Amino acid sequence: MIAINKKKIKVMADNLAESGTGRSLWKDARIRFMQNKAATVSLFILAAIVAFSFIGPYFAVWSYEKIDWNAMGSAAKVGMPSIESGHFFGTDDLGRDLYSRVIQGTQISLMVGFLGASVAVFVGTLYGATSGYLGGKTDQIMMRIVDILMSIPYMFVLILLLVVFGRSIGMLFIGIGLLSWLDMSRIVRGQTLNLKNKEFIEAAQVTGVSDFKIITRHIVPNLLGIVAVYATLLVPGIILAESFISFLGLGVQEPSTSWGALIKEGAGTIRYDTEWQLLFPLAFFVVSLFCFYFIGDGLRDALDPKDR
Amino acid sequence: MSEHTILQVQNLKVNFDVSSEGDMPWTKAKKLQAVNNVSFNLNSGETLGVVGESGCGKSTLARAIVKMVPADSGKVIWFGNDLLALNKSEMRQHRKQIQMIFQDPLASLNPRMNIGEIIAEPLRTHYPKTPESDVKQRVKDVMNKVGLLDNLVNRYPHEFSGGQCQRIGIARALILKPKLIICDEPVSALDVSIQAQVVNLLMDLQEEMELTLIFIAHDLSIVKHISTKIMVLYLGNMVELANSDDIYTNPRHPYTQALISAVPIPDPSIEKNKKLILIEGDLPSPVDPPSGCVFRTRCQKAQDICAIEKPEFKEVSNNHEVACHFHD
Repeated sequence: MIAINKKKIKVMADNLAESGTGRSLWKDARIRFMQNKAATVSLFILAAIVAFSFIGPYFAVWSYEKIDWNAMGSAAKVGMPSIESGHFFGTDDLGRDLYSRVIQGTQISLMVGFLGASVAVFVGTLYGATSGYLGGKTDQIMMRIVDILMSIPYMFVLILLLVVFGRSIGMLFIGIGLLSWLDMSRIVRGQTLNLKNKEFIEAAQVTGVSDFKIITRHIVPNLLGIVAVYATLLVPGIILAESFISFLGLGVQEPSTSWGALIKEGAGTIRYDTEWQLLFPLAFFVVSLFCFYFIGDGLRDALDPKDR
Repeated sequence: MSEHTILQVQNLKVNFDVSSEGDMPWTKAKKLQAVNNVSFNLNSGETLGVVGESGCGKSTLARAIVKMVPADSGKVIWFGNDLLALNKSEMRQHRKQIQMIFQDPLASLNPRMNIGEIIAEPLRTHYPKTPESDVKQRVKDVMNKVGLLDNLVNRYPHEFSGGQCQRIGIARALILKPKLIICDEPVSALDVSIQAQVVNLLMDLQEEMELTLIFIAHDLSIVKHISTKIMVLYLGNMVELANSDDIYTNPRHPYTQALISAVPIPDPSIEKNKKLILIEGDLPSPVDPPSGCVFRTRCQKAQDICAIEKPEFKEVSNNHEVACHFHD
């Protein structure tokens, strides 16, 4: 009996010793993030909004471009939100189903936000890390280029691009993505300068690790905390920029739409008692932005526990 | 130079440009002499202890040898090749054989990598084709060698104590079976009992793997314990170089004498009667070093000649070199 127990205990001890996987800093950060209620709730709401934009169309009665001739021109009387007519969020002025259009707008706005932020993160991180790590003249030249690009008014360039090359979602990506990596590269460069003199970088240099590997293996992973925080704050910034462009009428093209375009239409017709045309897209817009900011805040707290 | 000499440093000079606030862009930057005319030979299996106060160029010397800071003149001859004349890819071949251990154990490990990845990095860098199972085996072997349990490979640096982190740093330095390890104050950040463990570990490994060490420290009792030769630096200049026992029993330079008199002896009755030589004043600025002998501003024996003529660094007795006009 005792012998068996001893065996069991030995097996347990071996298991314990074998299962020695450490808690990485990422895992620690995840645990801290989960303890932040506002951030966790925001993450769920945002996930729900994203899920809704994909699942929602299966419940739609009307497509986003089909015109309900009954409601056209009399949206205030016929086009109000109702389950019977199939217009869950009502219709817009032309009689198109707002439920489907909000879903479409959500997809476009979030896509612009996420893709634009990814471009900015990718380009900005590599550019900033390279500039900061190499230092000296290279750094000077690379950062002066950023200064010059930054001094050009961003909205003006974006509007010009859209006017000259035509309005398209692709152009919008390129315009926003190309310009929003500038801040990122500066932040990353600053952090890299900080990291560069750490002893583990020196250890890698003495060993003979190549510069490229040092940047990708030692510098970038240690920057990702800051990058993640900044990226979550960049997404709403880009969504706002796209909305502003759409509000000016230069963004996505009809019949496609985005939050900004929908808000613009809703705001234009508010005096005809069709407040739902403004409120539904606006609610999605505001809630999503709040979520992004809370998540960014939560990430910042989770990733540098020392700074709290 | 004997046939066992593996490293020869000749007249190594390292200067840094410093510009002070308010300088115009065209103002010529001042030169800070961090390392000035340092020469020594190192034989296989020896340990060279480098001592001196903060800011005297110990770490710069170490970094200049491995080309982490550019040297202005001089030679670093490693098995007949002048490292300073090599280009980056030629230098990479020699980096396998020269490794470094750093002062801050935790800061010298990448916090985002686990221990296995950290220790294997030199191996993966120089022998990228090594099969994964061999890498794992070598990591385990080297971890056992430095006294770490090999089931800790998946843990992260922040989960270890300072002494363990330093062992990880040593394991990383050992995995390529180097010939020379430069230890830049490897024990200064550890507490005394751990210091002894790490120093003894280094000595055991040295014997087992026939390592040559350059050991930088400011704690003289540890340097004495580990070194066969000791070099004393002051303001980037060598002031004394001798065998370890010799320098302790018979220090020739007034600076060395003062340093050795300051080592506490763990016996109150001896400690009470010991004559302490105090050095007054501060370290002069290395941007504007004193004329003649660099130590003269704080030296009790200084005479007029010390300000005029720089004392030559010369052998005064068997293998005992000193730079002083009035050495004992």
